[in-house]
Amino acid sequence: MIGFVGRKVAAMLGTVLVASFVIYGALYLAPGDPVALLAGGHEMSPAALAAIRSQYHLDDPFLVQYWRWLSGVLTGHLGDSLVFKEPVAHLIGARLLNTVLLVAYASLLILGVGVVSGIVAAVGGKIADTAVTVTTTVLMAAPAFVAAIVLIWIFATKLSWFPVYGSGTGFGDRIHHLTLPAVALSAGYLAYISRITRAEVRAELGSDHVVAARARGVRRAAILRKHVLRNAAAPVLAVSGITVAGLFAGTAIAEQAFGVSGLGSLLVQSAARQDLVVVQVLALLLVAAFVLVNMLVDVANAMLDPRLLRPREVG
Amino acid sequence: MSARPVDGDDGAMGALLEFDHLRVEVPTPVGPRPVLRSVSLSLFAGEAVGLVGESGSGKSMTARSVLGMLPGAATIGGAVRFRGTDISTLDATGLRRLRSRDVAMVFQDPRATVNPVRTIGDFLTEVLRERGMSRSAAVAVGAGILADIGVDDVPRRLKQRPYELSGGLLQRVVIAAALAGEPALILADEPTTALDVTTQEEVVAILDEQRRQRGTALLFISHDLELATAVCDRIAVMYAGEIVEILPAKSLHEDARHPYTKALLRARPGSVPPGERLQTVPGTPQSGIEAPSGCVFADRCPVAEADCRTTVPLLVGGVACHLEVP
Repeated sequence: MIGFVGRKVAAMLGTVLVASFVIYGALYLAPGDPVALLAGGHEMSPAALAAIRSQYHLDDPFLVQYWRWLSGVLTGHLGDSLVFKEPVAHLIGARLLNTVLLVAYASLLILGVGVVSGIVAAVGGKIADTAVTVTTTVLMAAPAFVAAIVLIWIFATKLSWFPVYGSGTGFGDRIHHLTLPAVALSAGYLAYISRITRAEVRAELGSDHVVAARARGVRRAAILRKHVLRNAAAPVLAVSGITVAGLFAGTAIAEQAFGVSGLGSLLVQSAARQDLVVVQVLALLLVAAFVLVNMLVDVANAMLDPRLLRPREVG
Repeated sequence: MSARPVDGDDGAMGALLEFDHLRVEVPTPVGPRPVLRSVSLSLFAGEAVGLVGESGSGKSMTARSVLGMLPGAATIGGAVRFRGTDISTLDATGLRRLRSRDVAMVFQDPRATVNPVRTIGDFLTEVLRERGMSRSAAVAVGAGILADIGVDDVPRRLKQRPYELSGGLLQRVVIAAALAGEPALILADEPTTALDVTTQEEVVAILDEQRRQRGTALLFISHDLELATAVCDRIAVMYAGEIVEILPAKSLHEDARHPYTKALLRARPGSVPPGERLQTVPGTPQSGIEAPSGCVFADRCPVAEADCRTTVPLLVGGVACHLEVP
């Protein structure tokens, strides 16, 4: 188990390192000159432009620039935003909590409602199955921004149960503000996890070892808990992990639509204004979050199914 | 055990298990068709009966009917009685009691039968624990049986998971779990088919020895005539959803009367000198769904007459064949 976790951590660090290179390289190659942005659209003399270039080390070779950036990130010097003229660490720090709360909220909805409704659809009879299938089909077909508009219209404008806009202050108020964004963000994924859960539970219900357990006279509740759900948990968890990890990137739409001040909306704004310093750090942060969640899921999965611990064999 | 009646079609009194003209039809696009046409057979306490036949002849379906595990859409005629009680009259609790206490099943592939993510100990003690036995008592019973059947290093085995055991060892665990419930009857559905040949003999020997010691009856399903004759008192030969002949295992070779049984005996590897072509049963195996409406074997029978195609022969005197009326 320790070796397994060690391998996973090493793979995670490797992935983040490669991602950092790709992110920096892609933005380096992207069209647009950061100097023009720094100059703020003013016509400047070649001497002034050159001064800016040397101040921001823009004339150095690519690898030198990459290394300077990477070592800065590793030592906590994330640089200053080109647009906000503020340290990137401040920009992120002010928004991190909202995004983490939003992702956690949406994840709870996805895992709780998605998994439970999937189980109900699989074992709860035909009516429950049809109801869940119809609902999940609608949710899967509706993109997050459409869900957001519908939710705002019903629950914020018509019923006034939830605020239309903003992030709130204090824990309770933040949760209140984040409810609609979390629902909008999770709806499609929730339906997806519900479907996966239903399929996995169905497959386990029909598997030979469940038939054998029935033949041994094991109680239905015990079969469901020990043989069906226990075995379906691993694949559901694996897919959920990727989904939850992906939420970090998905927050952009929900945050923009509901005016939540978070990392997703910061990423969109920064990308639109070519604020490369911010985009680089945020992109790396998203990759790190994605890889970290995946690693945690892999470890949890290995605890559920110890077959995953052994090294891969042929056959 | 040799004093048992040879034919089982008359509903022998005092039988542990009795198939009484069991008929099972499943829905098909062209209406309900029989998978089992008419199965009549009695098993007595402590007796071992081999059910042999080709794939699709309905052997597994027959075994599953004992546990009330036929397909949900099937229509069932006749009856399966265990200790005189018709299985179809049991409610969920009664069925569970039957499955967990009276009848145990050993399936073909132990890899598929044992939950891959739980431990051997969990599997072995599950049914005992459900009956209310304490964990330590259940583990003691399971460990005792594992030791009895020659599994070494039992404490470690109990903590292992199925993928850490060989197929043969895992099938021994399955047999141990079946024995742990002290059932009156074990249904073994091709218990060695998924194992390699040397392991097959060991596993069958263990099953045979243990069930003799405990006086457990055995319904041994196999397509291997040799294997079935080695462990069983009587052999029931099944073809296309029907039992066509029942006879003592000892005198199988001499007493076989049904053309299908004779053809099966000729098709064994040992029946021709080494180097010669093996004989086969002419034609292709049929299920109950495809077989002709008269005698089920009429299409492939070398001696069939016109009457065979129209009239269903009854299982009388241990054989269901028009040409073998005593």
